[in-house]
Amino acid sequence: MTAPALQAFRTGDTPLPDIVILTHKLTRAYDMGGEVVRALQGVSLQIRKNEYVAVMGPSGSGKSTLMNLIGCLDTPTAGEYWLNTQKVSDLDDDALARIRNKEIGFVFQTFNLLPRATALHNVELPLIYAGHGARERRARAVHALERVGLADRMEHRPNELSGGQRQRVAIARALVNEPSILLADEPTGNLDSTTSGEIMQVFAELHRQGQTIVMVTHEHDIAAHAARVVTLRDGLIATDQRQAA
Amino acid sequence: MPVFEALRLALQTIRAQKLKSGFSLLGVFIGVASLIAAWSIVNGVNRYMTEKFAQTLFGVNTFQLRRRPMFTPNVPDSVWRAWWRRPRIKFSDAEAVSAALTMPVVTAWQSSENVSVFYGGKEARDIELTTASERYFDIKNLRLALGRPFTAQENRSGVPVAVLGDAVAKRLFVDRTPLERSVRIGGIAYRVIGVVEKQGSILGFPLDRFVVVPALSPAQNLVNPPGVLDAFLVKAQSEIEMREAMEVAEGVMRSRRHLRPNQDNNFVLDTSEGVQRFWAGISRILVVVLPNIVVVSLVIGGIVIMNIMLMSVAERTREIGLRKALGARRRDVLRQFLAESAAIATVGAAFGIVAGIGLTLLINAASPLPATVSPLSVVLGVVMGAGVGVVAGVYPASRAARLDPIAALRQE
Repeated sequence: MTAPALQAFRTGDTPLPDIVILTHKLTRAYDMGGEVVRALQGVSLQIRKNEYVAVMGPSGSGKSTLMNLIGCLDTPTAGEYWLNTQKVSDLDDDALARIRNKEIGFVFQTFNLLPRATALHNVELPLIYAGHGARERRARAVHALERVGLADRMEHRPNELSGGQRQRVAIARALVNEPSILLADEPTGNLDSTTSGEIMQVFAELHRQGQTIVMVTHEHDIAAHAARVVTLRDGLIATDQRQAA
Repeated sequence: MPVFEALRLALQTIRAQKLKSGFSLLGVFIGVASLIAAWSIVNGVNRYMTEKFAQTLFGVNTFQLRRRPMFTPNVPDSVWRAWWRRPRIKFSDAEAVSAALTMPVVTAWQSSENVSVFYGGKEARDIELTTASERYFDIKNLRLALGRPFTAQENRSGVPVAVLGDAVAKRLFVDRTPLERSVRIGGIAYRVIGVVEKQGSILGFPLDRFVVVPALSPAQNLVNPPGVLDAFLVKAQSEIEMREAMEVAEGVMRSRRHLRPNQDNNFVLDTSEGVQRFWAGISRILVVVLPNIVVVSLVIGGIVIMNIMLMSVAERTREIGLRKALGARRRDVLRQFLAESAAIATVGAAFGIVAGIGLTLLINAASPLPATVSPLSVVLGVVMGAGVGVVAGVYPASRAARLDPIAALRQE
């Protein structure tokens, strides 16, 4: 089943309010020592609120590049990127940092927790950059940890937690600012299959609660948890399919 | 990120990496400690010189008519030889000056030579024998612990009586009373009539190894040729009157020496300023050398901190990438690393201040150098320490702030 036809987008348009992510002919080229590598060659993609999308593709297909662009870690060479009806493709560094802080929750393959900080402090981190006071930070971080079922592990450091628990701390950190999208890059890549299953359950629950999720993976059984699978090949969208959850 | 958060984070990092931080703050620590200790010494000696030393050796509002200055920073041989060719101060010079002074002053004659003083089988060597007139005790502010000073009558008639310094009395008499006993100076028996209170020492030089006898008593022959004295002391009641008295004395001496207007004085009117000038000469050397030591150690401290910070940025590339991904702006990262390096330096400066003050107290206790901690040096220590930290942190911090989050996150 292919994705339902979305309203065609032309340069100069503004996306509909329920479109969280809209890319229009998104292009990203790298200059590798004189040779131009075109990692993305014009990707047009629309993702609605509360969609659960898996991005797949072989290495070199451009999925990491797309991920970085969607995550506002990178800016496109050409094309447009609208996040929550705001055009972010031409924002400056500081504005992008603010978007990452408010709108995007990252979950990484290697968790990327601060090793010397407690789970609670790790989750508080985005709130520090959002400028919230200590009391509010703590309350929100506690709530986020409760959502991922780690209320009893808040004062533990990452090395005192299992892999699955670490990833759940990372998910709590991603959720703490109530972002528009949860952006997960191979979230189960460093976990065994049982733990992977647990993390996928957490994702499913978040999706059920209304969270928009974009997940990059190369594992088909992980991608199977998503409601929609976008496959990239050679910097272009090859397939875009909806599937039964 | 507010500054407070950055500072808290910086202190956390320092606490987590005690050894590394300890090494990195060593340079600033040494710089600030040496700054405070050296400043304290100069400061303490300065105050001592102006407040105590000058007054002890000269007395307040006092000048001395002498052949050459009492304290001389290293002068060339030619000057020294010229001084020695000058005529000496004579009794008659002192009398003429004294007669010309109309303002209320206290005057005294003084000559000194090192001799040995004997009592029974005991000898006190290297004692400063001072032949002086009776008001010498007032001008020098010497109070007696025992007995009395000699009188004007005794001075005029050259009665062989002696007033001992504390160390001489202790050396010769231990704990018996020296009063009314006879000591021998240059083979002449002197009756002890008084002992001066203990004076302590100045810069390690003992001040109690002296004997004062009347200027006209027989021992005058041990000290100077007949009719000659080392110094004529004049103490006025105020600084202004002292200046007036010095002008009068200068006029009298110039006319007695038949000096033409274009000729320089061949005598000096020495005041405590002379001592202070002498000290200023020494302290100027310290003031030139000292900042160099401090600057060198602070620069080294800064370089060490910069290196450690660069290492720290390299080690924490992933953390920086993560922070950026989570919404840290360039200025947040910059602030974090600047705060860290400033905090390292400030902690170093704080330890340096403690060590500097400790060193000062130690110097005070263990050496004759008087040292007092200057509050200004403490303030300067903190400011310079933190300043070094900020300056040394700028480059590493800006490197951290410029890191590309994607590349930083990918780094192992």
